[in-house]
Amino acid sequence: MPEILFREALNQAMVEEMERDPDVFLMGEEVAEYNGAYKVSKGMLEKFGPKRVVDTPIVEAGFTGLGIGAAMMGLRPIVEMMTFNFAILVLDQMINHAAKMYYMTNGQYSCPMVLRGAGGAPGWLGAQHSQSLEAQYAHIPGLKVMMPSTPHDAKGMLKAAIRDDDPVVFIESELMYGWKGEVPSEEYVIPIGEGDIKRQGTDLTLISWSRMIHTCLEAADALAEQGYNVEVVDPRTLRPLDEELLFASVRKTNRVVLVEEGWPFASVGSGIINRVQRECFDWLDAPIEHVASLDTPMPYAPNLEKQVLPDVERVVAACKRAMYVD
Amino acid sequence: MSDTLNTTDLTNEQLVEAYRRMLLIRRVEENAGRAYQMQKFSGFCHLYIGQEAVAVATSTAMRDDDYMMTAYREHGQAMSRGVSADSVMAELLGRKTGSTGGRGGSMHIFDKERNFLGGWGIVGGQIPLATGVAWAIKYREEPKVIVVFFGEGSLHQGVFHESLNLASLWDLPIVYLCENNKYAMGTEMSRISAVSDLRKKAVSYDMEAAQIDGQDFFAAYNGIKEAIDRARNESRPTFLDVRTYRFRGHSMSDPATYRTKDELTEEQERDPLGFLYNALVELGAATEEELEGYDKECKKEAKAALKKAEDAPFPDDDSVLDYIYVNP
Repeated sequence: MPEILFREALNQAMVEEMERDPDVFLMGEEVAEYNGAYKVSKGMLEKFGPKRVVDTPIVEAGFTGLGIGAAMMGLRPIVEMMTFNFAILVLDQMINHAAKMYYMTNGQYSCPMVLRGAGGAPGWLGAQHSQSLEAQYAHIPGLKVMMPSTPHDAKGMLKAAIRDDDPVVFIESELMYGWKGEVPSEEYVIPIGEGDIKRQGTDLTLISWSRMIHTCLEAADALAEQGYNVEVVDPRTLRPLDEELLFASVRKTNRVVLVEEGWPFASVGSGIINRVQRECFDWLDAPIEHVASLDTPMPYAPNLEKQVLPDVERVVAACKRAMYVD
Repeated sequence: MSDTLNTTDLTNEQLVEAYRRMLLIRRVEENAGRAYQMQKFSGFCHLYIGQEAVAVATSTAMRDDDYMMTAYREHGQAMSRGVSADSVMAELLGRKTGSTGGRGGSMHIFDKERNFLGGWGIVGGQIPLATGVAWAIKYREEPKVIVVFFGEGSLHQGVFHESLNLASLWDLPIVYLCENNKYAMGTEMSRISAVSDLRKKAVSYDMEAAQIDGQDFFAAYNGIKEAIDRARNESRPTFLDVRTYRFRGHSMSDPATYRTKDELTEEQERDPLGFLYNALVELGAATEEELEGYDKECKKEAKAALKKAEDAPFPDDDSVLDYIYVNP
C-alpha cells in the first residue's frame, strides 16, 4: 500500500469527489492560487479552475454563510477554515443557520456542506492559534463532527463528509499534515459515525481521536513493555458517536482512560465519559480517568506549552491509576 | 392626472391583484395581533402592518422561480409570495398544518414550493446565506435572482458588509433590500448609523444603490424592478434603502413609546394601502364598491385562517426528533 502524507490524503479525497460530482466546490482563504495555507488544496485550481476552487477575502463568517446558502440550493461546498481558531467567527453561521436548516424548515431545506480545516496545537503558536475547539460543534444537534487520526482515515472520512446531506465539521490536526501513512490506491469511503479499534487490548480502553490517538498508541506501547495490554479506540466521528464500539470495548476491559487535546470542562471527552459511566456502570472496575489539556490559554514558551498538552507520560500515569498499579 | 399616475409597466388587473395581496396581509396580521392578545399563541410576533407595499411590490416584480429570503418580520413577505393565510396562521399557532409544521414558528416560515427561503431570526444572519443562493444561481448559470430583505438595524453587522463585498467582487445576481422602518427595535436610525444616506454603505463595494419610497407602490415597484432587472440581465448586485414604517411596535410586547403619537399619525396618513386604494380609484382600475368588497373577502379569509388554525392539530408528539439530520 502506498504511503502518503495526511495532507495528500485530504487532497485526494477532495479531488476524487470533485471529479465525481460537479456540485462540489472548494472555497476559502488561499485555497486556490497559493495552493492552500497548508498545501492541502495543492494543484486543485489547475485541475478544476477558478469557478470551483475559489480564493476568498478574509471574511470567515461571510464566505461560510455563502457556503450555507449555496448548500441550501443543493450545491456541496467544501468551506476551508485556515484554522479552526478563525472558525470561532463562523459559529453564528454554523450553529444558528447550518445546524438549524433541516429542522426549522420541517425538512424542506438541508445543508450538505463541509466546514474543514486545521485544529489543535501545532507548537510555538501561543494562545490564539493552538485551540482544540471540537466541543463547540459536537455540542450542537444538526451538525456532524469528524476528526481523523491517520491519512487512511482522513481520505475515507472526508469523502463520506462531502457526500453527506448534512453539515459536517471536519477538523484536521495541523501538526499531522506532514505525517505519513498507508492509503489504499483503490477507492474507499469510511462512513460517518463508524469508529475504529486502533489497537486491540484486554486490560484497559483508551478512548481518543485525532492526533492524541498517536499519543495513546505510544502510551500503549510503553505499557505493553510493562505487561499491560491496552486497547485504543478511535471514534473518528464525534457526532454521531459510535457508542456501541466504545461500550463494547469498555465492557471487555472494564477500565477507561479518555484522552483529548481540548480543555477538561464541558468538553467532548466529558460528554463521552458521562455516556460511558451511565451505560457501562456495572462493568467499570475503576473511575474513568480523563486526560486533557491543562485548563489554561496556551502559553508560548515551549517548556510551558509542554506542560499544557497531554503527553505519553500523563497518559501512562492515568492508565496505571485506572488499573490500580501505581 | 390619472394617465400619469401609474408609472409602472403593470396593468390595472395586476395593480388590483397587488392591492388585494396587501389587503390580505394587513387583515391576517391584524388577526394575528388579536390572536396573540387573546393568548392563542405566545413567543415573539413581529407584525408587518404598514410595510405591505414593500413585500408586494417586490413579489410583483419577481418571477415565480426567483428566490426571496428575509428575517423574522416575514409573515407579509411569505404571503406576498403566495404562501396562504391558512399556512401562515397555522404556523403562528404552532400547528401541524403550518408552513413549517409547527417546527419553525412566527419567525421561521419557509415554503420550498414558492422559493420562499425564510424566515431567519438572527439580525443580519441571513444576508450571507442569500449571497450564497446568488452564488448557486450563478454557478448553475440560471436566469434567476434572489431578493434578500433585512431591516436597517442589520446594516452594521459585519456579515452585511462582508456579503456586499463578496457579491460585488463576484458579480452575483442579488438585490439587498433594506426595509428601513426607521427603528431598530426601539433605536432610531440616527442613533446607530454614522450616515443618514444609507446608499453610502454600498459605495465602498462599488455597488449600485438607490433610496426608494416604500409607501408609494409605484415608486417601490419601479425601484425594486430596476434592481431585479440589473441582477438578472447584468448579474450585478444592488443595495436598496426602502423607506417604510411599521404602524405597530417591534413585537407584541412593545408599546413603542420611543416615537410620538404625531409621528405615527403622520405616517399613517401615508398608509400604503390608502395610497394604492386612492390610485386604483383614480385610475378607474376598480370602484370603491369593488375595493370594499375585496376587503370583506380578505377579512373573511383571515378570520377563517385563524379558525382553521385553531382547529388544526399540533405536530405529533413523537415527531420531536424528526428532521435533525437528513442522514441520521
